Amino acid sequence: MITVHDIHKVYGAKTVLRGVDAHFPSRQLTSLIGPNGAGKTTLLMMIARLMEPTSGEVRIEGRAVAGIRVGEYAKRVATLRQAPDFNLRLTVEEVVAFGRFPYSRGVLTREDQRVIDEAIDFLSLQALRHAYLDELSGGQRQMAFLAMTIAQQTDYLLLDEPLNNLDIKHAVQIMRALRRLCDEHARTVILVVHDINFAASYCDHIVAMKEGAVYCAGSVDEVITESRLGELYGLDFEITHSPRGRLCNYFNPEREAK
Amino acid sequence: MRVRVCVLFALLCGASLSVGARQMEWTQLLSLSGDAWLTLTASRLPRLAALILTGVGLAVCGVILQHIVRNKFVEPGTSGGLDAARLGILASIVLAPGAGTIWRMLFALVFCFAAGLIFLAIIRRIRFKSTVLVPVIGLMYGGLLSAIAEFYAYHNNIMQSMQGWLLGDFSRVVQGSYEIIYLILPIVVLTYVYAHRFTVVGMGEGMAMSLGLNYSATVALGLLLVAITVAATVITVGAIPFVGLVIPNLVALRYGDNLARTLPMVALGGASLLLVCDILGRLIIYPFEVPIGLTAGSMGGVLFLALIIWRHR
Repeated sequence: MITVHDIHKVYGAKTVLRGVDAHFPSRQLTSLIGPNGAGKTTLLMMIARLMEPTSGEVRIEGRAVAGIRVGEYAKRVATLRQAPDFNLRLTVEEVVAFGRFPYSRGVLTREDQRVIDEAIDFLSLQALRHAYLDELSGGQRQMAFLAMTIAQQTDYLLLDEPLNNLDIKHAVQIMRALRRLCDEHARTVILVVHDINFAASYCDHIVAMKEGAVYCAGSVDEVITESRLGELYGLDFEITHSPRGRLCNYFNPEREAK
Repeated sequence: MRVRVCVLFALLCGASLSVGARQMEWTQLLSLSGDAWLTLTASRLPRLAALILTGVGLAVCGVILQHIVRNKFVEPGTSGGLDAARLGILASIVLAPGAGTIWRMLFALVFCFAAGLIFLAIIRRIRFKSTVLVPVIGLMYGGLLSAIAEFYAYHNNIMQSMQGWLLGDFSRVVQGSYEIIYLILPIVVLTYVYAHRFTVVGMGEGMAMSLGLNYSATVALGLLLVAITVAATVITVGAIPFVGLVIPNLVALRYGDNLARTLPMVALGGASLLLVCDILGRLIIYPFEVPIGLTAGSMGGVLFLALIIWRHR
């Protein structure tokens, strides 16, 4: 389990996080939701150790992460960020192989090779194996990077807006893959996601943030309610239930509807 | 393909050995003495070794810098590295006139390393990075450094000797005057050992750190390797532009950016390009020589333009 304790982050005069306390249960898919500027990505980057909190602490299984060496941390927590500026010409297989870097530092063993093949199979990327990243679509690229983080074989996976700029088919593919990672491989996944319906349909746990603090947190049933979402986003929500799950409708507010 | 490049490289080496102002009687070589033997061991072979090492070193430098800065248009010539090395040599001449080559190289090294760190700091502060903006800033930065150097040289009356390092020239390479260039050999080996790490550096700081790489230490090491190579080449043969830019780009087009796989091609490519430039330079106004800085500059420039046009098609 990852827990964060009283985290503050201040940039100059601007306070981005003000006393965040939250926990992210093991072997569950947790999403961080909330309006822009709520501090979701900042919090995720602190869990990833790509940013230092001004005060407060992130703990992984009760141990403060600040004391763990970077090389060691990479074997426990993998991070996938938006990488629009990734300009290396690498093939999908090479990128996935770099997921083994924390273990092999470049010299791949047979075991590494097996893990790489597994990660490629897991996301059905066999056909793209030898394609260069710069020849792929945004969705395929994202799948390749996800395969790399999967090959890192960490208990924890952090993803910053993995569905950004993807068409709905790739978005669904990625969310289903993450679901399977939790269910079949017992990984813990934390992601920042903007589409509330993806969070409602695929996640176990939701941490909703607003203005640099946790607005509410809990299971999907607890957080995805009309009143809570309405207040979180300042929009009029209608939540419908069907055999295929919940649907949050925030289009066409009721007062304006005919 | 690899075999073909190796054969081409071997042919170029042979051509380089047989071209020169003094006609060599190859049959004389069999006696392992006499004029031809002296020409070969005192001038031709050292020159060949210096050419290969410089070519390899510059191309490898270019590729490391491109990964560190994450920009394909960066090399020592477009990031102030060459100018800083020149300024360093100048400083050593003024501050410690009697010092030997090793000291001069150390000065060049320190200046080049510091300039690299400053360049990185500048680039990091720019918010809206465009691919073209980075080398333009590098060129401006280099211009500034070389203006300081020129002022300093003018002030100390050593403009004449500074011209020597402006243009790379291999005609000065003879036995006993070039051995420092062998420093490039361990640098290239070290780069190969760290190839995976430099590729990870090229993925950007965030990704490198989440892969467990000590980012700042690796960047510092890369800059140090570049500084040593640049200092060694500027001391022995002078500044040679474009090799570090053209070769890595050409190799990346065909073989990608995974350094562990492409580094041998980059190294061979750099050496071959320099050999071609040198042979041309020796033949154009035979028996005189055009400095290689000139031929490499013009050939590299043309290749580079072709590359840009090809990429945008």
